[in-house]
Amino acid sequence: MESKPNKRPRRSRAADTSRKKGGAPASAAPALSAAIKLADLVESDYKLLTILSRLGIKLGFAESSVADICARYRLSADLFLLICRIYSSDDFRPQPEYLEPSDLGNLVSYLRTSHTYYLTTVIPRLGGDIQRMTACCDEKYGKILNSFFDNYRREVDKHFAYEERVVFPYIEALLAGKRDTDPTGYSIETFEENHSDIDTTLNDLKNIILKYIPEDCPPMMQTDVLLEIFRFEEDLAKHTVIENEVLIPLVTKLESHE
Amino acid sequence: MSDRRSAYKVVVVEPSAIVSEGLRTLIAANSEFKVAEPDPRDCRTVMERLPLLAPDILVINPQAIDFVHRRALRKAFPALQQTALVAVVHSVFEEETLREFDATINIYDPAPQLRRKLHQALEQRDTTRQNENYELSEREREILISIARGMTNKEIADKHNISIHTVISHRKNITRKTGIKSIAGLTVYAMLNNMIDQSEL
Repeated sequence: MESKPNKRPRRSRAADTSRKKGGAPASAAPALSAAIKLADLVESDYKLLTILSRLGIKLGFAESSVADICARYRLSADLFLLICRIYSSDDFRPQPEYLEPSDLGNLVSYLRTSHTYYLTTVIPRLGGDIQRMTACCDEKYGKILNSFFDNYRREVDKHFAYEERVVFPYIEALLAGKRDTDPTGYSIETFEENHSDIDTTLNDLKNIILKYIPEDCPPMMQTDVLLEIFRFEEDLAKHTVIENEVLIPLVTKLESHE
Repeated sequence: MSDRRSAYKVVVVEPSAIVSEGLRTLIAANSEFKVAEPDPRDCRTVMERLPLLAPDILVINPQAIDFVHRRALRKAFPALQQTALVAVVHSVFEEETLREFDATINIYDPAPQLRRKLHQALEQRDTTRQNENYELSEREREILISIARGMTNKEIADKHNISIHTVISHRKNITRKTGIKSIAGLTVYAMLNNMIDQSEL
């Protein structure tokens, strides 16, 4: 928590960040580095907990540092910290040029696990919460909202399925050095151009519940649904940043090296 | 978005490195402003990242914006609805463009005036925001009903006897007021507000 940003000593910020590796803004709260304890990292931003589980890192890591844990789980600390920075700071602009193509394998498996987490945990939970919330109000409203949500669910399924079916296998083939096996001439540029956004509908759902839902829905349930949507929205936005600003540039680099 | 107890977030977009560094340093010298730090040399990337940066104040050299968008800055960048716009002017610049902005900084302005102008821009932004009517107008409600019934822009234009351009501008206003972008979302809005009946679909 930076409660008193005004007290920060004056200095030329433009000068000191321009040299910083990875482009972290001067305002990024904790100094994330491989040397700090993983427990301190989580304490500085509890949202990072969901990242740990997606990377397969189990709790109970005692006093281990980020470097220890990354070594134990065969992850690159640079990749791990890059993902943490993206999640922790809205201003952070990823510059993945110091990542190696070998990090791509880990990155793809992280993105896959994220998809699974969204599809099997977040969305069903949200759908259930919406059903419980609308069960208490007018049947007509319930029908409208639930069918809107079902459409959204199908949209997300389609979006992720494309990445799982086309994009990730392409990257994995590329990593294995099998570039020419793809007769369609697919390249990551195609993905970049067609990467649809799935946040519009979610944002619409949020506004509908927040502003226009009938008053007879129980307030606590509405709050739960909204908090769930806000968290999901934030998570998806970061997920998109990782795909657009880390995954795509890394794959482009790999393609040009071939 | 922004927490009023913390500093106002300022983004500077200025092609000249010398002017850009100067502005950043002078603005950051005031503790109530916090200058976000995208690479100052890369104006295009900054524009693309504006929605994510969501600054309170955008200090921008109008020459960094391509000519088509200059006169409709807020329309071209919907992310700027909540942002106070401040033009940085090196010499004489056309009045019509500067009218789009909440304040204008001349590079010869003395440092204390820079701070006053940023505050003036924030006030101007708040006044503009208050004067805006958030309720849908009668016309917008009619258009919304047509959208919810699945009509295309062309069909809506013909039905209401207006140009497609006008339809698009109504749609933008409807989205800005309701916060809903997708057709499916607008349809739900229309149904929840009893503007259309489910059986009509």
